[in-house]
Amino acid sequence: MRKVTFPHMGHSYIAFKMLMEDMGNEVILPPRPSKKTLDLGVKYAPEFACLPYKILLGTYLETAAKGMDTIVTSGGSGPCRAGHYAHLHQAILRSLGHNVDLVCFESPKKHPIDFYRKIQKLNSARLSIRSVIKAIKRGWHKLKALDHMERLSHKIRPRELKKGTTSKVYRQTQAWLDEARTHEQIAEAEAAGVKAFQDIPQDPNRSVLKVGLVGEIYVLLEPASNLEIEETLGHMGVEVERSMFLTGWTRDNLGKGTEELASAIEAAQPYLPELIGGHGRDTVGHTVLYSKRNFDGVIQIAPFTCIPEIVARTILTKVSKIHNIPVLTFFLDEQTGKAGMVTRLEAFVDLLRRRKQYQALEQAAPT
Amino acid sequence: MAAKVGIPRTLFYYVYYPMIETFFKELGVETVTSHKTSRKILDDGVREALADACVPVKVFFGHVQALKGKVDFLFIPRVVCLNGKTIYCPKFLGLPDMIKHSLDGLPEVIDTRIDVRDERFAIWKAFYSIGRRFSNSKTKILVAYLKAKKTLKKYQKLMLEGLTPEEAMLALQHKKQRAPKTGSISLRFAVLGYPYIVHDNYISVNMLDKLKSLGVEVITLEQVPMRWINKAKLKIPKDMFWTFSDRVLKSSYHFFENGGVDGIIHLTAFGCGPDSMVDKYMELKSKEHPQIPFMSITIDEHSGEAGMFTRLEAFVDMVRRKKEAMADA
Ligand code: SF4
Ligand code: SF4
Repeated sequence: MRKVTFPHMGHSYIAFKMLMEDMGNEVILPPRPSKKTLDLGVKYAPEFACLPYKILLGTYLETAAKGMDTIVTSGGSGPCRAGHYAHLHQAILRSLGHNVDLVCFESPKKHPIDFYRKIQKLNSARLSIRSVIKAIKRGWHKLKALDHMERLSHKIRPRELKKGTTSKVYRQTQAWLDEARTHEQIAEAEAAGVKAFQDIPQDPNRSVLKVGLVGEIYVLLEPASNLEIEETLGHMGVEVERSMFLTGWTRDNLGKGTEELASAIEAAQPYLPELIGGHGRDTVGHTVLYSKRNFDGVIQIAPFTCIPEIVARTILTKVSKIHNIPVLTFFLDEQTGKAGMVTRLEAFVDLLRRRKQYQALEQAAPT
Repeated sequence: MAAKVGIPRTLFYYVYYPMIETFFKELGVETVTSHKTSRKILDDGVREALADACVPVKVFFGHVQALKGKVDFLFIPRVVCLNGKTIYCPKFLGLPDMIKHSLDGLPEVIDTRIDVRDERFAIWKAFYSIGRRFSNSKTKILVAYLKAKKTLKKYQKLMLEGLTPEEAMLALQHKKQRAPKTGSISLRFAVLGYPYIVHDNYISVNMLDKLKSLGVEVITLEQVPMRWINKAKLKIPKDMFWTFSDRVLKSSYHFFENGGVDGIIHLTAFGCGPDSMVDKYMELKSKEHPQIPFMSITIDEHSGEAGMFTRLEAFVDMVRRKKEAMADA
């Protein structure tokens, strides 16, 4: 049996696990990225590789030690480095004596036959095409439900009466969804999850700030890589809205594309008309949109040396001024510590609060 | 009075300047370049550019500031793709935007987009749209464009024959050359890296001259014919999408596999995204070919001459000893 693994990117592993198992593979679950994962990655990756690259390499090395023989991931044709990740990972793993197979999905729109072939490669159970499509649909359903839970956690965490309740409930709902195997079970688990979130005791009088989170996809989606920035902000009484979810990304890349992306591109037009790879243009566009929706601030997170986000950051200075919205940027690398991040976040949140009070006063004052 | 167009002496300068100069001259437009990279230019760039940017982008910011106030236009085209296959580093793609949105008081920026995948004759069309700012005559622009193309061919040929960009530019103007290298040549190195790093003496901390003084003949990217590069193609699992990176990597594959040099140096800049991948592939490749010593040097804004010289000397010594040992065996 194939022993497959894939990148650990937030909760998406729960859905991928089901899909891979349904297709008859043994899944070597990628562990949540830890200090050990990163250390391994740092040791064997190029020094200036971006953080996601290092974490993924670490993940593959950890799973290779458990017998993993196939990596399933996605490629892409640039312009950024991500498109090269997989092949270089494989080359490095091979040079370390792990002879792993790589199934790297490229856009099915551009390479439909290649896509089909790769699906068949992973179809260890020899399912019919119809069953494969059904399995993919189930996985997609689960992924959507997982994203839904995460959105709820963003909304409720800043309002919870007792610190930590939301995170606990969130983990519980993930476990429910992990167990669900059919469409009915997934729907049931999702409904139970919604109920559990609603039952969390909340403080209705708390003044909650709204912050938009933008940046590079991996560090946005994997809390272990961003030092749980969403949870930290939630505990500071900040409601986070993240510009990217895996379901949205998938639709933008594989399907028709979301309206969100279209409007982000439009909003970025005056500042960055070019697609520069990664998510640089979305970062600029979403910042403009958050400001139009009267958010209190925007936080950009990106890996250190991340090319498109560096371009975006350079432009954001001006965007922040023109649209009058504070922007804080974190370039993350293996040396970034949680304590330092918390201090900077506290200062930023403080600034946003004072700004908000000041604006309220100004509006209240007779002119 | 003729309009003045400012051209920063970095990035594309080394690859295309003679072409641009010819084109503008034919249209009666004066081109003004910034001075060679200096401490001041670098410091200005470091101050204005984002701390996390790579050194060459910081240098670019410095050159733009040096031109500010001296010219009517700044020439920063958005060069996306010129060969139909590979594109330029994302920082090149966003260059005009980064400049426009972070520096104040700039003259008008000519940021024409060039992407040959969009349409046929895209390069001509781009030149036409640039030319129209300065001339109403399509014929005149066409003539200027054709002359510019011819100049580029000549320039590339001179470099292929072994002249550095600087020497080739002088040769184009029939100016006298610097006396060719001194010292007895006993080794040949390929020094691979982006033209704006390798040929900017300030950034490269004079590396090429130093190698010459140590008796090493240097081959750079410009001297690697395209047919070698195209041949190296199939051996890489997936082509690099970035034009310069693709050329650097394939050239290194060529030398590793076919020899012709005694050593290979990869010269790269601190904070360069693409190079983290390129360098790793080179390192993996070098392990398969231990007979050709390989070294990678990363320069940053604080690179000191002394440190670099020591490393170079040690490397050259090692290669020389190795070569002698092989000759004795
Ligand atoms: S977008 Fe950033 S993190 Fe992603 S591959 Fe490119 S440089 Fe790396
Ligand atoms: S290729 Fe590297 S050095 Fe050149 S602009 Fe891009 S990141 Fe900077």
